[in-house]
Amino acid sequence: MDLIQQAFAWLIAPTSWIGDSGIARRLSEHLVFTVVVVGVAATIALPVGVVIGHTRRGTTLVSAATGAARAMPTLGLLTLLGLGLGIGLVAPAIALIVLASPSLLAGAYAGVQSVDRQTVDAARAMGMSEPAIIRTVELPLAAPLILGGLRSATLQVVATATLAAYTSNTGLGRYIFAGLKGREYAELIGGSALIVALALLLDGIFALVQRVTLRDPHRLPVTTERHHP
Amino acid sequence: MKNTHRITSARRVRTTAAVITIGLALSGCASASDLESPSDSESQTIVVGSQDYYSNEIIAEIYAQALEAAGYDVERDLRIGQREVYVEEIENGSIDLFPEYTGPLLEFWEPDTAARLDQDVYDALVDSAPEGVRILDRSSATDQDAYTVTRGFAERYELKTIDDLTDVPEPLVLGGNSEGENRPNGPKGLKETYGVDASFAPIEDGGGPLTVKALQDGDIQLAIIYTADPSVQKNDLVALEDTRGLFLASHVVPVASEKIDAEAEKVINTVSAALTPAGLVALNAQSVDEQAPASTIAKQWLEENPVS
Repeated sequence: MDLIQQAFAWLIAPTSWIGDSGIARRLSEHLVFTVVVVGVAATIALPVGVVIGHTRRGTTLVSAATGAARAMPTLGLLTLLGLGLGIGLVAPAIALIVLASPSLLAGAYAGVQSVDRQTVDAARAMGMSEPAIIRTVELPLAAPLILGGLRSATLQVVATATLAAYTSNTGLGRYIFAGLKGREYAELIGGSALIVALALLLDGIFALVQRVTLRDPHRLPVTTERHHP
Repeated sequence: MKNTHRITSARRVRTTAAVITIGLALSGCASASDLESPSDSESQTIVVGSQDYYSNEIIAEIYAQALEAAGYDVERDLRIGQREVYVEEIENGSIDLFPEYTGPLLEFWEPDTAARLDQDVYDALVDSAPEGVRILDRSSATDQDAYTVTRGFAERYELKTIDDLTDVPEPLVLGGNSEGENRPNGPKGLKETYGVDASFAPIEDGGGPLTVKALQDGDIQLAIIYTADPSVQKNDLVALEDTRGLFLASHVVPVASEKIDAEAEKVINTVSAALTPAGLVALNAQSVDEQAPASTIAKQWLEENPVS
């Protein structure tokens, strides 16, 4: 209890928030790093997932690859990348992109694949081009699952972005590493609490976005029925 | 780095005090019943302990095998753990012989010590040892933190001591574990003791391969790495001499109980005299590079450096 109180005192002390290693700076570093990593991962993984879902080709390969990527220990990958790329933010960024990709990919291809085949065929029969089918039929229907993938990827990255501090002077992970080894437990617990709070906040935002998009009256109802080829 | 590492992991151990207390209670029971055994040979047995650190275990093995060669019965209690745990066992006589390091052990017994340089640290350590614990001769072998640079960097600016860093025109970055930033041997200590300005880059692998890579890439210029770490030699790194005692001197030193008689003491002191800094690095390298077990490494060393 004493430690929790100390951590709380550290969190509310104005001096903890200012300066080069103040909470304000660490929090924004952590947030920006998370957004950039998820952004890059989404730019790569979402189009790939959508194409796979649309063509229904390569799903076996992708599920094997994402399974393997999920099993990859991020810290091990970070050390391996760090040995090649040196210290700095690039190695942790790549390691986190690998961490985020499986959820994004799975959300995208499962979402698109779950769209009723008859709906897609109807669109095709109306003379819509394949890109138009993806854009106007499949993507809106797949949106909840894509968003779900984005949500879980963000949650994983914001929590694991702690590792950015393993090789660089970045993010809330600094409080955890420094606190752990320097026995500054108030800082350690306070830093962890901030990461939890940030993760909950981001997750809350996604929950809100998901609820709003599902409520959109112009959107077609989502089919729960799935057809497996 | 490894000194701090040992200390910090030791501290972590303290946080799991509950678990350890149970462990100690159990081991306490076991050794108590052993000691109660009336057999004469039992009481003559010398218990040799070691830290949970590969290099320390090799030294303990050398002590054990040297004593066995001299006709003593030896019981090994190796890889016990960290200082907070085993020092108590030495103080209460459950362990008779333990390889230690002058600086860190002195800091454990006297946290506010002002001694920094080799001889001062050793003298202070002998004085601070509690009743029943004896400090034998220290070895010239050291295992301590040091500022390390690449050979290229050292040659470019003709660096030998930390003092020489004041003449380096380029900005210096010191790399090490996060906690190093606020430690006495971090950038602040470097500024206070030597007047050298350096910024800090956290690298959390305790002077391991990522730190070495950062040195070689020039991302950092200084790293805190153990003097006895084989990677210093392998990667052609240079440890800068600490003329003003920023780092606590840390020589290998045997800690002994009353059970170590004059003859056993002579054997151990012979080992300490034969163990050189380069010799310790070579022992560590055998463990790291060849993955040889401590007992094999110790046996080979004793063949090359006979004690009797």
